[in-house]
Amino acid sequence: MISENLVDLSRLQFAMTALYHFLFVPLTLGMTFILAIMESLYVMTGKQVYKDMVKFWGKLFGINFALGVTTGLTMEFQFGTNWAYYSHYVGDIFGAPLAIEGMMAFFLESTFIGLFFFGWDRLTKIQHLMVTWLVALGSNMSALWILIANGWMQNPVGAEFNYDTMRMEMVNFSDVIFNPVAQVKFVHTVSAGYVTGAMFVLGISAWYLLNKRDLPFARRSFAVAASFGMASILSVILLGDESGYEIGDVQKTKLAAIEAEWHTHEAPAAFTLFGWPNEETMQTDYAVRIPYVLGLIATRSTTEEVTGIHDLLIEHEARIRNGMLAYDLLLKLKAGDKSEETRNAFDMVRDDLGYGLLLKKYTNNVTDASETQIKSAARDTIPKVAPMFWGFRLMVACGFAMLLLIALSFYHSARQSVEKQRWLLKALVWALPLPWIACEMGWFVAEFGRQPWSIAEVLPTHLSASSRSVEDLWMSIGAFVAFYTLLLIVEMYLMFRFARLGPSALHTGRYHFEQPGRHGAAAMASPVMNRHHDRV
Amino acid sequence: MDYESLKLIWWALIGLLLVGFAVTDGFDMGVGALLRVLGKTDTERRVMLNTIGPHWDGNQVWFITAGGAIFAAWPIVYAVAFSGFYWALLLVLFALFFRPVGFEYRSKIEDSRWRSMWDWGLTVGGAVPALVFGVAFGNLLLGVPFQFDEFMRSTYTGSFWELLNPFGLLAGLISLGMLCMHGATWLQMRTDADLYERARKLSMVLALVVAVLFGLAGVWLYLGVDGYLIMGSADIAQAMTPLNKVVTREPGAWFYNYSKYSWMMVAPLMAFAGFALVIVFSSTRRSGLAFLFSAIAVAGVILTAGFSLFPFIMPSSLEPNHSLTVWDVVSSRMTLNIMFWVAMVFVPIILSYTIWGYYKMWGRLTNGFIENNKYSTY
Ligand code: HDD
Ligand code: HEM
Ligand code: HEM
Repeated sequence: MISENLVDLSRLQFAMTALYHFLFVPLTLGMTFILAIMESLYVMTGKQVYKDMVKFWGKLFGINFALGVTTGLTMEFQFGTNWAYYSHYVGDIFGAPLAIEGMMAFFLESTFIGLFFFGWDRLTKIQHLMVTWLVALGSNMSALWILIANGWMQNPVGAEFNYDTMRMEMVNFSDVIFNPVAQVKFVHTVSAGYVTGAMFVLGISAWYLLNKRDLPFARRSFAVAASFGMASILSVILLGDESGYEIGDVQKTKLAAIEAEWHTHEAPAAFTLFGWPNEETMQTDYAVRIPYVLGLIATRSTTEEVTGIHDLLIEHEARIRNGMLAYDLLLKLKAGDKSEETRNAFDMVRDDLGYGLLLKKYTNNVTDASETQIKSAARDTIPKVAPMFWGFRLMVACGFAMLLLIALSFYHSARQSVEKQRWLLKALVWALPLPWIACEMGWFVAEFGRQPWSIAEVLPTHLSASSRSVEDLWMSIGAFVAFYTLLLIVEMYLMFRFARLGPSALHTGRYHFEQPGRHGAAAMASPVMNRHHDRV
Repeated sequence: MDYESLKLIWWALIGLLLVGFAVTDGFDMGVGALLRVLGKTDTERRVMLNTIGPHWDGNQVWFITAGGAIFAAWPIVYAVAFSGFYWALLLVLFALFFRPVGFEYRSKIEDSRWRSMWDWGLTVGGAVPALVFGVAFGNLLLGVPFQFDEFMRSTYTGSFWELLNPFGLLAGLISLGMLCMHGATWLQMRTDADLYERARKLSMVLALVVAVLFGLAGVWLYLGVDGYLIMGSADIAQAMTPLNKVVTREPGAWFYNYSKYSWMMVAPLMAFAGFALVIVFSSTRRSGLAFLFSAIAVAGVILTAGFSLFPFIMPSSLEPNHSLTVWDVVSSRMTLNIMFWVAMVFVPIILSYTIWGYYKMWGRLTNGFIENNKYSTY
C-alpha cells in the first residue's frame, strides 16, 4: 500500500508550487490587458504619456512575468514527477489541453512578449499594438486551456474507463472543452486576474498621488485601472461561479462544506454568515444565519434544495458498496473472463469504481473491506468543513472590500477628485495584498474541496501519487522552499525598487527623480518637447 | 486515420518537437553556457544576452510543448520517465529557473557582484540542462530499471547517481558540446568584432571535438552496449499496454534499424556532414551557413538516437518485457487523432509568427548599441 506520508507530502509540494505559481499568474493576466488598453490609448491619442505608461508598467510586469514563467515550468512537469499514476490513468484526456495550451497559448504569449519589450524601434506603432494585444490574448488562452484541464478534474465528462488499458479514455472531446465547470472557472479566474492587475496599478498610482509625484502620469494610470477594475470586480462577483454546483456530486459536497450545510434544509436554504463549524457534532456553533440567501446564491432559485452533508454521506456509502462490486468485476475481467455477462455486470457499476478505489487507502483487497473501513472511506469523501468555510468567507470578504474601493476610485476618478480623498488613496495602498489573498483562498477552496479525489469520483488522490520515497519528497520540498523563497525576495526587492523609482526608471529625463529642484509635474506639461529624449 | 499510422505519426511529431527544441532553445542554452567564456566585458555579455533576448522565451516553449505533447500522446512515458528520472528532471528545472529571472533581472541593477552572480546563474541554466538531457538519452540506450504491476503502477529502482555512468556521461558531454557549438555559431551570426572572432574559433574547435565524441559513442554502442529487440507482441495496430510483448537483449541490436531501413542512415550522415561544414563555413566566415549546418548537425545527432532506439522509447533493464515502445505507450486513437489535427493547424501558424519575430529583430548587435540603450535592453 502507498504510504500516507508520501501522499501528504506530494500534496504539500503540489499545493506549495501551485499556489506560488498563482502569485504571478493573476498579475500577468491583468497587466497584459491593462498594457494593451494603455497602448491602444497611445495609438489613438498619440500622447507620449500613454507610451511612457506602457513602458513603465511594462517594466513592473516584466519583473513579475519572469517568475510566472519560472514557476510554470515546474507545473508542466510536476504531474509526471509526483503524480505518475494519475498521469497514466487520465493522461489520455488531461494531457490534451496541456499540449494544446503549449501550442495555442504559450508560443503566442512568449514569442510576442520578446517583441513587446524589444520591438519598440523595429515595429510600426500598429504592429507593436498588435503584438501587445496578442500577448494579452496568449495569456488568456493559456488560462482557458489549463482551466479546461482543471475543470475536468472537478467534473470529468466525456471520458470512460477502459479495463484493457487500465485508464480513462476520451469519448467526447467537445464535452471536455465545453464542460460547464471549466467555463465558469475560466470567467471567474481571468476576471480575478484582471482585478489583481487593476488593484496593482491603483495601489501604486495612489502612492504617487499621495506623494504628489508625476501627477499626470499617475492620474491617467489611475483612471485606466479604475475603469478596468470596475468592470472586472463586477465580473468576478456577479459572473463568478455561476452555476457550477448543479453538476456533479463532488461539487455538491464542496458546496455543502463551504456553507457548513450539515443537514439538507427545505428550499430556499439560509446562508450562514459566520459561525464555528464543529466536525464532531456535525453542526455549526454560534451560527449567524440569513434566511433564503444560500438557496439564492447556490441554486439561483427558491425551490431547489442544497444537499446537506448527512445525506451526502449516506449516498457515498452506498456508492462505495457498489464500487466494491465494480472492483471485483474488474479483477475478473483482468483475469481473462470477458464474457458478455461479466462485461454487462461491470458496465452497470463502472461509474462507482472510483468509490471502490477509495478503500485502497485501508486495504489492498477492496472486495472484502470491513464495515469500519467502509465507514472511514465514506467519511473521507467530505473535506474538512472549517477550512473550507473560512477560506471561502475570506475570499468573499476581500471581494466586497475591493468592490467598495474600486467603486469609490472609479467615481472619484471620473469626477477628477481622487487627489482630495487621501484616505481612499491610503486605503488603496494598504489594500494591495487583497487580490492575492482572494485568489489563493479561491484555489484553496476549489482544490482542497475536491479532496479526497484527484479526479472527482474517478481517481482518489491517494492512488495518484508516484512511487517515490518519503525522503525524496522531503528533499525536493526543501529545495523548492529554499529556491522559491530566494526568488521571491529578489523579485520583491526589484518590484519595490522600481515601483519607488516610478516612471523615472525609463530615463527619459521627464520624471520626478530626473528633475532636481523641479516638480515632476512641470516637466510633464510639455511632453512633446521632450521627444528627443525618448530613445532609451 | 488508422491507429498504427497515428502511432508512427506521433513518434515523428514528438521527434520533431524535440528537434525543434534543441535547434531553437539549444542555441540559447549554448549562449548561456558560454556567457562567461566568450564575454570578457559586461558589455560583451550584454551583447550576447541581447542576441537571444527577444527569442529565448518563445524558444523555451518548444520544451514545454514537448512535455505537454508527451503527456497527451504518450502518457505512460510522461509518467514513467519523469517520476523515474525524478532528480535529474528536478535538476534540469532548477537550472532552468535561473534563465527567465537571469535575463530579466541581471541588467536591472548596476552592480558588478549582482551581475556576476546572475551570469553564473545563466551559465548553470544553459550548461546543466544541456548536460542532463544528454545523460538521459545515454541512459535510454542502456536501459532503465523500472517495471509495472498489474494495475500499471510503475516503480523505478535506480538512483540518480546510477545515471552518471561512463556511457551516460559521454552522451552528456556530446549534448553539452553540441549545444555550445550551436550557441557559438549563433553568436558568429549575430555579433561583431572581438566577440565574433572568439565565437568563430570556438565553433570550429567544438565541432571537431563533438564529432569525435559522437563517433566514439557510436563505436562504444556497437561494441559495448546490448540493444533491445521485440521478439513477439500483440497486434501493434490495436490498443495494447506495455505488458503484452516479449523482448530480448542482444549486442549490436541498436544498429539493426540501419540495415533494415537504410534511409535512417541519413541521420548520422547529417550529423557528421553538419559538423564538418560548421568547420568549413566558420573558417571561411560564412556565419549564416555555419549556423545552418550546426542546426543540421544537432538535428542529426538527436535523430540518430531516436532511430537507433526505434521502436523503443524507454527500454526496461529490470523487466525488458515491460519496455516502453512506440506501439504500446500511446493514448487512445481518438486523442491521437484530435491532437494530430491540432498540431497540423497550429505548428505552421507558430512557425510563421516565430519567423516573423526573428525577421523583425534580425541584424548584428554591437557594443555601441548596448551602450546607447542601457536601460531598455537586457
Ligand atoms: C488561470 C491561469 C493559470 C493557471 C491555473 C496556471 N497557469 Fe501557468 N501560466 C499562466 C496561467 C495559468 C500564464 C498567465 O499564462 C503565465 C503566468 C505568468 C506567465 O508568465 O504566464 C503562466 C506560465 C506558465 C508556464 C510558462 C510558459 C512560458 O514560458 O511562457 C508554464 C509551463 C505553465 N504556466 C504551466 C502551468 C501548468 C502545468 C499549470 C497547472 C497545474 C498552470 N500553469 C496553472
Ligand atoms: C495555479 C493555480 C492553482 C492553485 C493555486 C492550486 C492549488 C492547489 C492546492 C492548494 C492543492 C492541494 C489540495 C490538497 O491536497 O489539499 C492542489 C492540488 C492539486 N491540484 Fe491544484 N491548483 C491550481 C491549479 C491546478 C490546475 C490548473 C490543475 C490541473 C490542471 C491542478 C491540479 C492539481 C493536482 C493534480 C493536485 C494534487 C492532487 C490533489 O491533491 O488532488 N491544480 N492544487
Ligand atoms: C465576492 C464574491 C465571490 C464569490 C461568491 C466567489 C466564489 C468562488 C467559489 C465558490 C469558488 C470555488 C470554485 C470551485 O469550487 O471550483 C471560487 C474560486 C476562486 N475564486 Fe472566488 N469568489 C468571489 C470573489 C473572488 C475574488 C474577489 C477573487 C480574486 C480577485 C476570487 C478568486 C478566485 C480564484 C482564483 C478561485 C479558484 C479558481 C476557481 O475555482 O474558479 N474570487 N470563487
